Amino acid sequence: MSTAAKTTSFSAGRIILYVLLLLFCIYYLLPLYVMVVNSLKPLSEITAGGMMALPQEWTAAPWFSAWSSAQVGVEATGLRPYFLNSIIMVVPAVALSTLVGALNGYVLTKWAFKGSTVLFGLLLFGCFIPFQMVLIPMARMLGLMGLAGSVPGLIFVHFVYGIGFSTLYFRNYYAAFPTELVRAAQIDGAGFFRIFWRILLPSSGPIAVVCIIWQFTNIWNDFLFGASFSDFDSQPMTVALNNLVQSSTGVKEYNVHFAGAIMAALPTLLVYIVAGRYFVRGLMAGSVKG
Amino acid sequence: MSISETANPRGSVVDRLRDALPKLVLSPTVAIVAIFVYGFIFFTLYLSFTDSRILPSFGWVGWQNFENLFRIRAWDTAVWNLVIFGSLYIIICCVLGLLLAILLDQRIRAEGFIRTIYLYPMALSFIVTGVAWKWFLDPGIGIEAVVQGWGWTSFEFNWIKDREMAIYTIVIAAVWQTSGFVMAMFLAGLRGIDSEMMKAAQIDGASTFALYRRIVIPQLRPAFMSAFVVLAHMAIKSYDLVIALTGGGPGTATELPATFMYSYTFTRNQMGIGAASAVIMLMTIAAIIVPYLWSELREKK
Repeated sequence: MSTAAKTTSFSAGRIILYVLLLLFCIYYLLPLYVMVVNSLKPLSEITAGGMMALPQEWTAAPWFSAWSSAQVGVEATGLRPYFLNSIIMVVPAVALSTLVGALNGYVLTKWAFKGSTVLFGLLLFGCFIPFQMVLIPMARMLGLMGLAGSVPGLIFVHFVYGIGFSTLYFRNYYAAFPTELVRAAQIDGAGFFRIFWRILLPSSGPIAVVCIIWQFTNIWNDFLFGASFSDFDSQPMTVALNNLVQSSTGVKEYNVHFAGAIMAALPTLLVYIVAGRYFVRGLMAGSVKG
Repeated sequence: MSISETANPRGSVVDRLRDALPKLVLSPTVAIVAIFVYGFIFFTLYLSFTDSRILPSFGWVGWQNFENLFRIRAWDTAVWNLVIFGSLYIIICCVLGLLLAILLDQRIRAEGFIRTIYLYPMALSFIVTGVAWKWFLDPGIGIEAVVQGWGWTSFEFNWIKDREMAIYTIVIAAVWQTSGFVMAMFLAGLRGIDSEMMKAAQIDGASTFALYRRIVIPQLRPAFMSAFVVLAHMAIKSYDLVIALTGGGPGTATELPATFMYSYTFTRNQMGIGAASAVIMLMTIAAIIVPYLWSELREKK
């Protein structure tokens, strides 16, 4: 660049730096751009080779189709019922696992007993096992419990395997919480639950947000459990989207697929945009323990 | 609680209950983990030594399933694919993540905004990523068609349809999804480095390159460790992305252990072999995670 040559080497370096950063921005944004742009154009424009181009004719029809009339299962219901399944699944699963995680974290830090670290270690390992290891017995267990192929069954599964991470979050957070406060309250005669409700919980806002975001994203984005343990009626959004895209019958409606993909991504994207800082903190806490 | 405990003379029922309360609160979790994690692990482990097919069966066959497993060509492909995919995925994510973190660490305007862009793919599910890249890489409508449409008519990019190259398309999509997250880990590591030491080195005349190579990167060891553990564990578990992107194909070209396990267990009715493959996956992950958790939890004390 001629402008760079005229200025000092320092700012030439800065320009290269910003160009690089910009190129990477394009790299990360391109697939999203492609999804959005192609969800708003007629199929013919895509098949004619215009995937990168803006729509010549803007249309919201692919969105309506993906939402309410595309062929996902046996009937042409669109993705709407599956979106609702995911909502019905994610809300109780997140609430339950977060609550239990908070209580566990409280016990493991403020009422630690002999062997509680080992117990915590065993719990943590449970977060990292490949879920292929539990698919077969879980399928049987859900059958025995009468929850096979149902949304409550999926809520249960996500609750069970969500406890490990939620406990991890609250344990690490409460570990830094002054134990003297708990002891003082104990001397004043406050019991186990009273201390939890009155002292720890009111200061748990930040970690609760992190935990809820983490659980929400994980459960919403899950595919393996959804594919393994749901029926046609109880499929979550990720499974339905995959069925929509992979279905071999008829013409491939790319624009509808892109619209559906955005719908499946929208809730977690919204969470990321609204609570991005906490989202990152959640990701980090899930990976870098301490 | 049992009668003998309530009759204990040392304290009233209420006292004893109060003392046991923390453990009582924890006990449902302990029970759940005991059954749904460790109980299930043992159940699957047991099944891997049985002649289970469509349904679990308890006819003991010893190491038969494991012997058969290693004779199946699709498993061979799956393991080899995991080695290719896993190593490329980890290396590229780490290199790209470190590069981005260093670039962003140069007192950049709008750093928060750029970081947000680099990181957002992590919020998407692998299914969404897979669908987006599936059409993006599809020669009929994707990059190949677009570049040809721009006038470079001999341009070819059909890896996703190519048996030899298809596994690399999984790497492309997975790197896009995760590299921003690795960047965030390294960025956090960079921010934790002692700035006095860097200033001292700068005064001594160290170039930026030497500064990073000699002082900064060696101090990022913990971040590298965490990144490796997270990425390796994600690679071994990878299932959704393959299903959405290639469905394991063409043929079995992008089969991974996770997809192999699923198809042998639930569609090919070879549950014993499926269980054996899951056991191998668990062992591989345990070999990485257990030492890591061990050191993390010990340091805490």
